[in-house]
Amino acid sequence: MLGLGIIKGLVETGRNFVGSYFKPERLVTIQYPEKHLPPVEAARTIPFLVYDGKDSMKGLRCTACTICETECPPKCIYIVKDTVKKPDYLGKMQNQPKVFDIDISVCMGCGICVEVCPFESIKMDQVFELSGSDRFGAMLLHKAQLVKSNDYFGEICHEQATQINAARADDVRKAEAKAKADADAKAKAAAVAVSNAAAGVAAVAASSMTATPGTTQPDSKPAPKAASTSTPLPAPSKPTVPSATP
Amino acid sequence: MIDSLDQIFVSLKHWLVGLTPEAWQPLVSILVSIVPIMALFGTCFAATTIFERKILGRAQNRLGPNRVRAFGVKTFGLLQPIADGIKMLTKEDIVPFAADKVVHFLAPVVLTTPAWMLFSVIPLGRNMAAIDLDAGILFFFAVGSASELAVFMAGWSSKNKYSLVGSMRAIAQMISYEVPLVLSTIPVLMLAGTLSPSQVVEAQGVGTGFFAHWFVFTPWGLSGFVVFLIAATAESNRSPFDLPEAESEIIAGFLTEYSGFKYALFFLGEYIGLFAVAGMAVTLFLGGWQAPCKALEFIPSYLWFFGKFAVLIVFFIWVRATLPRLRLDQLLALAWRFLVPLALINLVVAALWHFMGSWQFIAAMPVRWGICAMLVVLPFVWFARLLNGGKVAPRKYRYAE
Amino acid sequence: MAERLLLANIVMLNSIAFYILAVITLAGAVAALTLRNLVHCALCVAASFAGIALIYLQLDAEFVGFAQILVYIGAVAILVLFTVLLTRGTEVQAGVAFLSRSWPAGLAVTALVFAAIAAPILLTPELHKLAADSASAPVRKIGEELMGNYVLPLEVIGLLLTSALLGAVVIAMQDKKD
Repeated sequence: MLGLGIIKGLVETGRNFVGSYFKPERLVTIQYPEKHLPPVEAARTIPFLVYDGKDSMKGLRCTACTICETECPPKCIYIVKDTVKKPDYLGKMQNQPKVFDIDISVCMGCGICVEVCPFESIKMDQVFELSGSDRFGAMLLHKAQLVKSNDYFGEICHEQATQINAARADDVRKAEAKAKADADAKAKAAAVAVSNAAAGVAAVAASSMTATPGTTQPDSKPAPKAASTSTPLPAPSKPTVPSATP
Repeated sequence: MIDSLDQIFVSLKHWLVGLTPEAWQPLVSILVSIVPIMALFGTCFAATTIFERKILGRAQNRLGPNRVRAFGVKTFGLLQPIADGIKMLTKEDIVPFAADKVVHFLAPVVLTTPAWMLFSVIPLGRNMAAIDLDAGILFFFAVGSASELAVFMAGWSSKNKYSLVGSMRAIAQMISYEVPLVLSTIPVLMLAGTLSPSQVVEAQGVGTGFFAHWFVFTPWGLSGFVVFLIAATAESNRSPFDLPEAESEIIAGFLTEYSGFKYALFFLGEYIGLFAVAGMAVTLFLGGWQAPCKALEFIPSYLWFFGKFAVLIVFFIWVRATLPRLRLDQLLALAWRFLVPLALINLVVAALWHFMGSWQFIAAMPVRWGICAMLVVLPFVWFARLLNGGKVAPRKYRYAE
Repeated sequence: MAERLLLANIVMLNSIAFYILAVITLAGAVAALTLRNLVHCALCVAASFAGIALIYLQLDAEFVGFAQILVYIGAVAILVLFTVLLTRGTEVQAGVAFLSRSWPAGLAVTALVFAAIAAPILLTPELHKLAADSASAPVRKIGEELMGNYVLPLEVIGLLLTSALLGAVVIAMQDKKD
């Protein structure tokens, strides 16, 4: 009969109305500025720059390679290379950005800069309270505003950060091992150099074969034979990051 | 004592008028009637906006507005109307370049002024109608029909396709629902034998019996009340009949090009119209300011009126929280194929009820009730079946491939 | 003395109100004839109707006044607007002469119709008698007269309107079949 459905509906909304006063768990909304929903790992808003250690400028991972700047679809990244280099986490001297600006009013949050970065240097943030009273100045974030520690990255993206940290620790270990092997090989070579010249010729030939031109990976420099035999995987072993081939 | 409390506002008015010089008295008397009505229903409007949002929120398991603070003090959102008012008044008043400026300006005025005038004939308590017109109910519907013109003016003058579609919908809806609205009141006028709202209320009094004879407690009265409520919801453009401003279809309908204070006036006009029609429903069917039984007559009459009025307003809000919007063909079918026939049959039922009232034999009352109730329920069921007619099937949607 | 003053005041106020209403009515009618935009014309007609209704009310003819508002503003004006919108565009047509070529004929027809209405009114012998009375007619009395003395004309008019309604429906139905 016409009207029964209407009455059922009225009863339902009436139950909601009364129930919302007696059962707080019925209320689905969060009182936002005071309370926040727990963050979601896949959430992403704007990019930020990761640094290691305490000092944000010394530990900055960015090497001002400008890949992200060229790949950015809306062209919201602006990078100027510094003339002074600084050592990276493996102790190798790398470029660093003098200016690194992101115009977040232009940024569309696509995350392509994160995909292309070979240094795990730029990551997507989860902050969303970005409103400002200045339409232009406040929306243009500079390097100092963009840097955030690796610990923060570990907080917002725990799984991914753990993988990256492990891979980087692996790199450091490998580099140390290689340095040690290098030193050993050098000492050994020095010892046998006089007696066995043919061995030295073979080592030079092997190193010219393993070297891959153009890559910036620290372990891709010409290595002696002993070093290449001690590390079974010469290619970068980071699981999440695609190898950067220009 | 009870009487003086009941008549306190009437005495107050007489006292105030008596203070002024004689030549001014007619004018003062008018002002003293108008100002409290506008103040009272203006406050009602503010209160309804916040309580409507609160109730809607709770019905959807939300909190509703709860953040307005005054000087750092939490008010649980009760000051929201003030914040809304300030927002509306300080907004830029945008008039579209292509709009018909004069008509665009006049439309909110033409809507709001008649809406306020409707209150003049509604008795808010014993002896508390601003003007006691002989043809008050006719006045009510005559003045109420002016809002159609205002809606048309608003929609046409905006020179916007959504506005025009919205106003055409509004007019189709208002014309269609005015018929059942007026038809459903006719039995009341027939049995009360008058067009004056005050006398209609008098006719529903307790009289010599114990219980009041509210018209809603008769078969024809109940049927008429239901038809009246449905038609009144449609007349005031409220959900589920909010097609004229269906925001998911045509932005805001005839309000699309209005902003700032003019929009606020439209908003006010619609609520005032709703209040007036609710007040008329109380007057016609719910016994106006009459108490339901003799024992409760010590409560002042105006409190009874406003109590019933508040119940009706909450009911309107409740319905809005519950029902989804109708399609235009469903809307018109409901008016012409369901409400109008019901209202017409109701005329016959009311006439029968009147004539069977003079029966004297023993079981006269139950027979009278039985016949009339049957004549109300059977057509209801039958027309409801016809309305659905087995034609209701899931709609087949064809998507572009 | 004061009462007489008050009475004089009321009479004066009444005549002022009458002139205001007359100006509204006539201005609305003239504007409806002269404006170029059809919707504006229709709105002006509505204003003119409102003026007439208010004049009725001023003469204490409550029922007629309210019926005028209900029927003419609530229904007829809306119908006119609907028709204007559904038929031709509301744009102002340029290059149309202010008067149509057949205006003398129109004037003649208008004069005839006016005469046909005015003559019976003026010739009614009761007109002068009624004017002396208080013009106020309670709704109940109107109803009793309609159902008593004038029941035949009422029924005839009702029948006429019903047949007109049915005719309109039939025309609309035929249109649909094609």
